[in-house]
Amino acid sequence: MAGKVAAPVAELTGPLAVLKEKFSEALSPGEFEGAVIKNENLVEVAKFMRDDLGYDYLSSVTGVDYPAANEVEVVYHAYSARHGLHNGKPLVFKARAPRDNSVVPSLVSVWPGADFQEREAWDLMGIKFEGHPNLRRILMWEGFAGHPLRKDWHEAYFEQDNKPFDSRWPGGHHTRAEDRVPLADNVAFPPGFDPTDFNSQAETTLVERARSVDVSELGQLVSSDGNGSGSGNGHIADAIQTDHLIVNLGPQHPSTHGVFRMVITLEGETILKLEPVMGYLHRNHEKIGERNTFIQNMPFTDRLDYIASMSNNLGYALAVEKLMKVTPPERAEYIRILMVELTRICNHMWAIGFLLNDLGAFFTPALYAIEERELVLDLFEAASGSRMMCNYMRFGGVARDLPEGWIEKCRDLVFNRLPKATDDLDHFLSENEIIRARCEGVGNLTAEQAVAYSAAGPLLRASGVPYDVRRAEPYSIYDRFDFDVAVRYHGDVYDRYLIRLDEIRQSIRILQQALDQMPGGGEIQAGKKQYQTRVPAGQAYGRVDGPKGELGFYVVSDGNPNPYRYHIRAPSFINLTALGEMCKGQKIADVVIILGSIDIVLGETDR
Amino acid sequence: MYGSGIIKGLGVTLKHFVATYIEDLRYVLKGGRYTDQAMPVRQGPRARGVFTVQYPEERLPVPENFRYIPFLVFDTQKNEDKCTSCGICAKVCPPQCIWIVRTNDPKTNRPVPQPAEFYIDATVCMSCGLCAEFCPFDAIKMDHDYELSSFERFNNLVFDKARLTKPDTYHAQIHPTDWAREQAEIAEKAAKDAEKAAAAAAKKAAAAKPADAPKPADAPKPAA
Ligand code: SF4
Ligand code: SF4
Repeated sequence: MAGKVAAPVAELTGPLAVLKEKFSEALSPGEFEGAVIKNENLVEVAKFMRDDLGYDYLSSVTGVDYPAANEVEVVYHAYSARHGLHNGKPLVFKARAPRDNSVVPSLVSVWPGADFQEREAWDLMGIKFEGHPNLRRILMWEGFAGHPLRKDWHEAYFEQDNKPFDSRWPGGHHTRAEDRVPLADNVAFPPGFDPTDFNSQAETTLVERARSVDVSELGQLVSSDGNGSGSGNGHIADAIQTDHLIVNLGPQHPSTHGVFRMVITLEGETILKLEPVMGYLHRNHEKIGERNTFIQNMPFTDRLDYIASMSNNLGYALAVEKLMKVTPPERAEYIRILMVELTRICNHMWAIGFLLNDLGAFFTPALYAIEERELVLDLFEAASGSRMMCNYMRFGGVARDLPEGWIEKCRDLVFNRLPKATDDLDHFLSENEIIRARCEGVGNLTAEQAVAYSAAGPLLRASGVPYDVRRAEPYSIYDRFDFDVAVRYHGDVYDRYLIRLDEIRQSIRILQQALDQMPGGGEIQAGKKQYQTRVPAGQAYGRVDGPKGELGFYVVSDGNPNPYRYHIRAPSFINLTALGEMCKGQKIADVVIILGSIDIVLGETDR
Repeated sequence: MYGSGIIKGLGVTLKHFVATYIEDLRYVLKGGRYTDQAMPVRQGPRARGVFTVQYPEERLPVPENFRYIPFLVFDTQKNEDKCTSCGICAKVCPPQCIWIVRTNDPKTNRPVPQPAEFYIDATVCMSCGLCAEFCPFDAIKMDHDYELSSFERFNNLVFDKARLTKPDTYHAQIHPTDWAREQAEIAEKAAKDAEKAAAAAAKKAAAAKPADAPKPADAPKPAA
């Protein structure tokens, strides 16, 4: 199969062998560590995985296009989160379908966390998920022709399939992309679509969906929080002969932390239904990534979650290092840990500060909370050259060694300043009566729901699931540090605030140990640094516990200088799957803090 | 107690407010709060009072590694561009914003290691620093000048070779550590070359037959 990633066929072992025994014909080994499952058995096998094998957490769903084999493939990575089985190793399985009739059964009924991910795979890859309750475009708009991650799709200013472009050297006379492909010649619309005159079908569907609330749930929702409908059956709209109010929040709204939109159906002030709408910041990061060479993607990962660029760098580096089979030298490992844990602290302080903004304490507390971040960014700048777009990690190491005096500054911060700053936050905020009144018991998410919706990071752990990738499947050198996985059990906004404080404290612990253990000198790069990395063919899923949650990079290499497939499991995006559920039955005024407590960054949500 | 949270919060602000004035007084004797020495302290781990810096009147110094749009280094001693138009930077550049025209010898039509034209589209450059990191000749470096706003957003921001080129003295000034490393490498290489030449000469003398002078394998500038 030309164009296909060929690697030795693996035997089915472990949980896969159990599956094979039970479902025999439905499973076949793939040229990867996992199994290909027949479409007609997919749902059944998935249920068995979830219920009998303990794979309760569907981490990532994505598609890969193989034009040469005339096939598209859906790749699933499932883990055991609540049960903590299988050593934190994933169950990788795939479903395949022909390219021109790519239909695969939806797994939303098994893992609701597949919802947005399947919609994304439909939107970008054109894979239909049969039985998906709401299979519409999620990132692109309705006037968009085609599915951009298909290999034969070309972007508006398409120049060449892969970088580096030939026009740059040796005869590189500067041209502007806009001059080369004039505007209006570079866009295509779906057949029958007139951009100057159309009635938005997407908007109509949104409103229809918002209108169609499940009336049977109403009584429960409205009376359960003491909204006082009085009548007991709670359907106020009927009683006073009025309609439900549909409120559109965003995309241009300061509380959404970017351009994000929610369509909310209200009964009085109570939310009956909330549907997130996103994609306003979409730039097709993955397509860009597949045109780029491996190393060129590194600075692009900075732009995902731009509050936490170091974590993004690490996730991507780990995925590619898995393929290259390199491990960074000791010193580089420690530098990486320092960087990502400092990132976590910045991120959580930012999240706490801006939660207060969302609560109405406009900016004064937020600015105090991000003072420490300013100092951490100084450290990042001194080491990497940039405060936010760090571009610091390399495959098998880091870009450059720490400058003189860096460690001392870092020690000062980590041992003297950050612990006190965290205590200060705690002291000023945790017992504040407004915070408690507004946050306690708001936006609940139970442990079952959190796992089912594939929630990750602080959102998951605040719901009582102590699942942390650093502990469940230790990467880098996390197995050397003594730290606790922070966990809280109420699953409300207040616990999500508290857990961030807990995590900051744990990060400080890790940082202190790392600073003490770190070798004073030595190599920072394994092997020779190359501007065109040779990455052996294969596929790898590298995941880190980023500040927002589990950040995964699924990279497929076919041995060329460019990744064949480059997918990001974005925690901000997937955590939003649970937003509708968390907001149900809450007051409209609380939407903003519930969203704030998830802590999303739109650069990562929309990619 | 109700209201205690608000009082606590106001207390923080008040403390900062007062501390700012006390700091101001402390700096009176040291030449004011706005000197280059005071600035990193004011926005540093020991800062007290107001933390912010009133840009553009005041500014924080940038660290040596700071990276903004790249510039080309001009070797003032040899009086030539250090760039050999090898094209590595143009190949590694993630947004592909480097354009290089290689010089060809008019007579032989063979490439000459000199760029005829060199453009960086600053509107596209993401200041990632990969070009500077991978240039084998230390010919392109990241700048510290971050104030590039312009009234014309097209041609003014496509930097050509003339605009990009800066003398190595400037590079030495903003990147002292990097410069020292380069000088050390040059010195080491010169020593090695001398050693090799001496060895070859000795060999030649011993064998008493002609041998080619050894060519340094990766000389930055083979004679054109
Ligand atoms: S990598 Fe260096 S020497 Fe090569 S073309 Fe770029 S600036 Fe010139
Ligand atoms: S800094 Fe990065 S984007 Fe800018 S010219 Fe260099 S390689 Fe290209």
